[in-house]
Amino acid sequence: MIQAKALKPEEHFIDEEPYYEAIGEEIEVFLAAYQQQIPILLKGPTGCGKTRFMEHMAWRLKKPLITVSCHDDLTASDLVGRFLVSGGETQWVDGPLARAVRHGAICYLDEIVEARKDTTVVIHPLADDRRVLPMEKVGELLEATNDFCLAISYNPGYQSVLKDLKQSTRQRFVALEFDYPSSELETRIISNETGIDEDMASRLVKFAHMTRNLKGSGLEEGASTRLLVHAAKLIKAGISPVTACHTAISQALTDDAEMLSAVNELSSSLF
Amino acid sequence: MSLPPFSYAEIEERLEDMFVELMPEVIQHLTEFDIQTQDALLVLVENAAATSHGLAFQFGERLPRAFEIMDLDTIELWLNQAIDVFDSKGLYGAIEKLDELESVAKHAQEKLTGIAFEDVAGILEHFVIGLNGRKLKIETDRECYTDTETLFLPSMVNQFTEKEDNFSLYKCMTVHLWAQTWFGTWRHDLFETLEQFENQRRSLQWLHTLEAIRLDACIQRELPGIHREMIRLCKLANIKPLSALDIPHTEKLKSTGSSVEHSLDILQKVYALEHPENIHFLGRLKPELVEHRRNIRLAKEKDLFRKAIAHILEEKTSKKISSLSDEEKKSIKAEAVPNPDVPEGFSYKLELDGESIEPPEGVSSLMDSIIQDLGLIPDDYLVAAGDGGYHFEKDDDKPDSKNVWSGTYHEEGAFLHKEWDFKRQRYKKNWCAVRELDVHTAKSSFVNETAQKYSGLIKNLRRTFEVLRGEDKILKKQPYGDDIDIDALVETWADVQSGMEMSENIFTKMHKEERNIAVIFMVDMSGSTKGWINDAERESLVLLCEALETLGDRYAIYGFTGNTRKRCEIYRVKSFDDLYDDATRARISNIKPQDYTRLGVFIRHFTQVFADVEAKTKLLITLSDGKPEDYDGYRGEYGIEDTRMALVEARREGVHPFCITIDREARDYLPHMYGKTSYVVIDEVSQLPLKVADIYRHITS
Ligand SMILES: Nc1ncnc2c1ncn2[C@@H]1O[C@H](COP(=O)(O)OP(=O)(O)O)[C@@H](O)[C@H]1O
Ligand SMILES: [Mg+2]
Repeated sequence: MIQAKALKPEEHFIDEEPYYEAIGEEIEVFLAAYQQQIPILLKGPTGCGKTRFMEHMAWRLKKPLITVSCHDDLTASDLVGRFLVSGGETQWVDGPLARAVRHGAICYLDEIVEARKDTTVVIHPLADDRRVLPMEKVGELLEATNDFCLAISYNPGYQSVLKDLKQSTRQRFVALEFDYPSSELETRIISNETGIDEDMASRLVKFAHMTRNLKGSGLEEGASTRLLVHAAKLIKAGISPVTACHTAISQALTDDAEMLSAVNELSSSLF
Repeated sequence: MSLPPFSYAEIEERLEDMFVELMPEVIQHLTEFDIQTQDALLVLVENAAATSHGLAFQFGERLPRAFEIMDLDTIELWLNQAIDVFDSKGLYGAIEKLDELESVAKHAQEKLTGIAFEDVAGILEHFVIGLNGRKLKIETDRECYTDTETLFLPSMVNQFTEKEDNFSLYKCMTVHLWAQTWFGTWRHDLFETLEQFENQRRSLQWLHTLEAIRLDACIQRELPGIHREMIRLCKLANIKPLSALDIPHTEKLKSTGSSVEHSLDILQKVYALEHPENIHFLGRLKPELVEHRRNIRLAKEKDLFRKAIAHILEEKTSKKISSLSDEEKKSIKAEAVPNPDVPEGFSYKLELDGESIEPPEGVSSLMDSIIQDLGLIPDDYLVAAGDGGYHFEKDDDKPDSKNVWSGTYHEEGAFLHKEWDFKRQRYKKNWCAVRELDVHTAKSSFVNETAQKYSGLIKNLRRTFEVLRGEDKILKKQPYGDDIDIDALVETWADVQSGMEMSENIFTKMHKEERNIAVIFMVDMSGSTKGWINDAERESLVLLCEALETLGDRYAIYGFTGNTRKRCEIYRVKSFDDLYDDATRARISNIKPQDYTRLGVFIRHFTQVFADVEAKTKLLITLSDGKPEDYDGYRGEYGIEDTRMALVEARREGVHPFCITIDREARDYLPHMYGKTSYVVIDEVSQLPLKVADIYRHITS
């Protein structure tokens, strides 16, 4: 339930620098957009560093980060807030978006297209130069300060008629495109993040490329950086590379028996 | 407890029922089996008889011998092969096939330890696409070789006594062939070089071995796991692995950066030496074949690439390609950038005036393929060509639809489906072939007449369906929600005052019904619907379309009919993408009774169609006279049980099947097939759309 997620924004300050390897000019562009108060859209497949990037930017800007993972039951009220009852009285409780606006935090709506369509109605006025959040239930209009920042993410790979980001929404945002990093960079990320040696990390990246070759030919999606990190952590903990790839990567990618065998053959051919 | 076997007389009687006569000694032979085996064999005879009585007779005659050398499954396989031949070559061909029983038996024996290509094809196909480079296909042939687009592998590997090792060998052969295409064996025009030698066979053999040594080293570096397996197999087979061959001058081949040029150099030196025997994984090099393929591909890809360049230029400059000068047409450059992931060490990116260009979908893989052939993007590829009217066909191997339909048997273009054989309690794989055909769109006044005839009803229906469309509902007494439910609050307040516990359910919540339904109507076009049932079906479809249009749900309509398992046909009346327009109306009018009804295969087919449809609720509604019957033994219990099984499979895939039976009396097997709540019997057209509305309400609420 969303009430349980409504944590206090002040708890979301990030003290330690989150490790993030820039892939292009995303950090500079984000900073510029933030200064100019333009909302930001992160595009890219799952597990390629979008969340990590947001944490990193929150740390840089020294602002609290409020992340909402959108799902198909998420409504506008879940974002804005609702009445609760305590001690026999009703009381208004801010949703995460209202909290972020009120406290000048960064609000990150992850996988925005998953949410119900009425959510876009509340983010539109926040995402243009009005920068206000209408709170109809309490008859207020919450005005954002300069600190507030809105970022959303979206995976164009899952595009379908039902779940596409509307032009009217996407044209309000500066878009940063994320993709899997180059082999060299991805190897560095894996080994920095998990402590396994470069050689092992580069083999994992090779394996990831094999699965990415299969995208559209039986796999919906290739292995993401996140899955590689998982496998690397298992290897670091003493699991054999073949088993680590099998459990952390292959099984996550597919349930199809033939595809699973093929992917496992590919991983065992590398180690 | 098992029943006593059938007696001679009983067997004879069953054969008489199928109008099959067998030699007395064959019947005598059949009496010697237990009843299950007898039954299974008689079913096979019946299957054969469904195709031809002559075939059944010939099959029966050979049964005693067949039983000495084959098990029941193999006998079935053997018969099915003969039935297949019958379809293309008639009885004589089929008898020839039956006479091959000794070799079929031998083959089956090999299969026990060996691995057949078809059993691992699925895995190998995925496997080879996962490896880098151009997407390769895999097929079978007598020898093992590649033409750089397809890898050809033997149809069976049984060199080792363990299945696992035989699979391993398949994999190793695959990797070696792939390595030829990825590590540049075909970069050089081998044909020309080899021609310089007096004994071309010898030079080709030597070159192959040298290349194999070079590729083996590449594989060892890139895919050490596979390399270890290769070594293991060599040990098992008692032959020297490639890396252990003692051939002079070959050290250099094993180092990074070596290429086919090095192999050609060394070829000059070793050509005169005696060639070592017994080299594993080799197969053959076929330069003439590769040359042919490669030339076709080079020309095609050059053409495509120049058009793609033109397309990009038009987009970037906003000018028509015909208005650009020759210089301007060459303004896109390919810049080399280091890339450790490819054997060449660098790849290329496109630039225009120093600014890099993201190649459109499809062009990247085109560039990769060109580089795989040539090692670079040559300058003359970078000259924009054509009118910029660029159509990038991703898959130009689509079979010509005309050829597909003219085929008499299920090969290309048909969808193959399994069928459930309740007697043997197992599936017959790839048993039925489904083809999609078009209904004529000849003009007809049928739809208009129907719409007029039922205009009152249609109005009513629209209203019924509009209600179904569902509006936003306010849910009361919710534990959380958008607004306070005042009534509930007052009630609760009163409760609290009187000392009761306070309820938490005091909110209202807006409930938005986002409709997300897809429906396929499959309409029986079998001969048994001829007459009023066919008319009723068509009229019903008109009413349904009129009503469904108001809902805005996605729906598709297909007719189905068939004549034996090999000719199951579906007629597209309206696909999900088609509109309810004049053409669709004409197609509804032209639904005509045809042959037989084989229900199961179509339920499986549409279940598969649904797999690609994204919808919360998937409805598969059959309009039929409810008699699953086909000419080749698909009737009675067999057909009912297969249909039932297909429905179970559909439900498992999240499809709600529903049957509307147009008949004057209810059939007792309908609840058995569809389940008590998933069918209705109607005897009048006017009832049908209302029933559909009921189904909708039932499924979506
Ligand atoms: N550029 C990067 N720098 C550092 N770590 C990264 C980077 N990209 C991906 N990762 C790793 O991958 C993991 C998954 O990334 P995440 O941000 O959760 O993906 P997304 O939000 O795009 O689904 C991270 O936890 C981190 O370990
Ligand atoms: Mg029929």
